[in-house]
This record gives sequence, structure tokens and C-alpha cells, in this order.
Amino acid sequence: MAEDQFEPKIVAFLCRWCSYTGADLAGTSRTEYPPNVIPIRVMCSGRVDPTFVMKALADGADGVLIAGCHPGDCHYQEGNYKTMRRYPMLLNLLDQFGIERERVRLEWISASEGDLFAAVVKELTETVRALGPLEWNATAPAAAVVESA
Amino acid sequence: MADKPKVAFYWCASCGGCEETVVDLHEDILKVVELVDIALWPVALDFKLKDVKTWQPGEVTVAFINGAIRLSEQEEWVKLLREKCPLVVAFGSCAHLGGIPGLANDKTRREILANKYQRLPTVENPGGTVPQEKCRVDGYELELPGFWKQVKTLDQVIDVDYYLPGCPPPPNLVADAVTAILEGKLPPKGSVLAPEKSLCDACPRKDSKPERLSITEFKRVATSIPDTEECFLAQGYLCMGPATRSGCGERCIQGNMPCRGCFGPTPGSLDQGAKILSTICSVAEADTAEAAADYADTLADPLGTFYRFSLPASLLGGSRREKE
Repeated sequence: MAEDQFEPKIVAFLCRWCSYTGADLAGTSRTEYPPNVIPIRVMCSGRVDPTFVMKALADGADGVLIAGCHPGDCHYQEGNYKTMRRYPMLLNLLDQFGIERERVRLEWISASEGDLFAAVVKELTETVRALGPLEWNATAPAAAVVESA
Repeated sequence: MADKPKVAFYWCASCGGCEETVVDLHEDILKVVELVDIALWPVALDFKLKDVKTWQPGEVTVAFINGAIRLSEQEEWVKLLREKCPLVVAFGSCAHLGGIPGLANDKTRREILANKYQRLPTVENPGGTVPQEKCRVDGYELELPGFWKQVKTLDQVIDVDYYLPGCPPPPNLVADAVTAILEGKLPPKGSVLAPEKSLCDACPRKDSKPERLSITEFKRVATSIPDTEECFLAQGYLCMGPATRSGCGERCIQGNMPCRGCFGPTPGSLDQGAKILSTICSVAEADTAEAAADYADTLADPLGTFYRFSLPASLLGGSRREKE
């Protein structure tokens, strides 16, 4: 790995019942995956308000992973369906904001799919690495509050 | 006369509708004038920047500033008013959240200037001239205000004490705010001077909102006429009500138009657009990824719809732009 290689920061919102346990399994199984992911445990992927994704991107994340139970397996019956319904609209909206949709990924990862978690993280890290830094604060309006030209 | 508190009204990037709401006080404006002196009101009275510079700090109690900020001239004015006035109220959606002018944050400055001065079919500009901050004409150096890369809300430029939301703020909220200031009964600094509940709570159609909403696709008021009694969301029209603060008097609803969100987010919400996205998509009639994508595609312009009044105040603030 080249020393000056861009290391993306990826925030992962993981559902407490399936995907976080899947990530845990990847760890206890000693499956290797890139250290670029910052996991945040949520009770359900349905709890991942689009606000969270935008806040992550606005505050310095280069990519976001949302992971939950497979459809039909939700601990709260339909929380992951809500996530699934919101995701395409979020991508359409990010298009308009000029943020590549590949930066935000939704995956269903069960508690037994540690390998899948590692594979998804690898793939997403490489995808975002290829896209380059988002650096939202450097290009976004909020960064230029006092600048007057 | 000398005992009356003085107030100032100023406008930045706005349409003049906020000025209209002051005029909409009708005869009540006479009561206001009995209680306060208007020290500055460019739409009606001829005062200049140099007049404001002569004010003693604190001489004018409150400045009501409407409009978003995009020009260096606007920055100079609002910073001066902030320096002179103990209270600054962001008046209306544009000062509060960026408003309609804030939608320009969807484009770069270069695109805006090129479109306005070069590309429009009605523009005749063979030299392709765009406005410059300084230019020489007949030996004179002329100056224009600087045009910022982005539109900003008032509180992204100066410290703001209170917010009066709305496009424009309704007269009763304006009157309540003026009364609160005169009586010294103001809420904590930073408050939005409007109710805290969402518009749905005050909506005259709320009884027709089903217990469990389900939307199959979005209709547009441009191509079909909504029923005059039923909840807009239940009919499939995108209504910003669930993500928008109440207090507007439900004027749009009474005019058979869904809420467009001018009162801004409800308290505690960081991003009005993300909140309405969450609400209306969670109830989509779609149980597969493909159906969800089709559903999303029935809404033509999510950014312009969700952030019609709040793009500069949103978490992302505007579209990603090339460095100029």
C-alpha cells in the first residue's frame, strides 16, 4: 500500500440485530477487511434517518454504508423495508447535490454473514478510494461563511 | 416622541413580499406607528447607509431584516445594523433559511452569470460581458457589489437574536413579536417566534389523514386538481406539512395547495429536506428495491421540492461545486 494513497473515511450504520453482529463475526473470525470503516450501531436500519447520512457526508465522511437485516428478517418486522424505500430517493437527491451515488451503499447483512460484511467493506472502500475525497466542507457553501468573493 | 422605541426594516435578497406583510397590517400599522418610530425602511422611506452610520449604538432597538445574503453590499448593511441594534430579527424565510433565492445554491456562480448574461435567448450581449466588481467607463471607475459564490442565511453572516418564519410571515406573528419586544417578554435568544408543532397538527384536513398513510406515486398540482377536503399526502400530492413548523395560518392548504415548507423545519430537526424524504418514502407502497426506485422516480425534482425554502440552511448547504 503506497504511503500517500488516499484512505477514505466511511461511516457505517449497522443494525444491532443482524449487521453489527455480522461485523462482530468478521472480527472474531479474524477476517481481514480495510480499517476505513467507522461503525455506528443503531437499533435498526430503519432508524437511519437520511439526516444521518447527510450529516456524515457534510462533516467529513467520504462514503456511507447502511446495513440491516435481510428483508423479512427485521427484528421490528418492517424497519428495513422503510430503509429500502427511502434509499432510492436519497440517491436521486444526492445526484442533485452532486454527490456520486456510489458513495452511499445499502446492504443486507445477516448475523452469520461476516464474510459478506468484510467483502462489502472492501468493495466500498475501493470504490470510494477511486472516487477520491469528498471534502464537502472545502467545496460546500457553509465553508465560505465569511469569504466575500 | 423621543420616548418611543425605534425600529428598522431592511431587505436583502428578497422579493418585497416581506415588506408587503408589514403593509398587510392595514390600519393596525397606525397602532404600530403610535408605539414605535420607524428609523429605516428602504421600501417606503429614503434613508441611506450614511444615515445609519450616524446612529448611536442602541438608539434603534430592533432591526427586522428580510432576504438572504449574497452581495457584499448586503453584508455591509447587515453588519452595520447588527453593530447598531441590540436586537436583530431574521424576518421571513429568506433571512431565516435562505428561501427561494437560496435555490441558486444548486448552481455555481459561473453558471448563473453565464446563463443570465450570455445564454438566455432574449439576451443580446455580443461581447459576452458579465458584471464586474470594478470597471472603467468614460474615465470613471465604477463599482458594483461583489456577488458571492453562494447564498447565505442571515445567521451565516451575523449573529441573529430571533427568527420570524414564513414567506411572508403572517401579520399576527409579526404583531405578536412586536408586542413581545415592546413588553420585554421575549423567549430565549435564538427562538423561532412561531408554534413548535408541525403543520399537520394545525391542518384543517388532519382528520382525513389515514392512520397508516400509503403512497403509490406522486401527483403534481400542475397536471391534476386535488380534492378540496382530503389530506394531500393521502391523495399522493407531496405536502411538506409533516416536516414543517406550523403557525402560518394554513393559507396554502385553504387555497387547495399542499404545504411547500416555508416555515422551515420543526424544532430539533437538522434538515427539513431529509425529514420529509424520510416521512414520505417510509410510507411508499413499495416492497422491493425496484418498486422503491420507480416510486422515487415519480418525483421530478427532490432537491427543489424538499429544500424549496431551506437549501442554504440545510446540512449540505447546496450542490457540490467545482472550485472556481
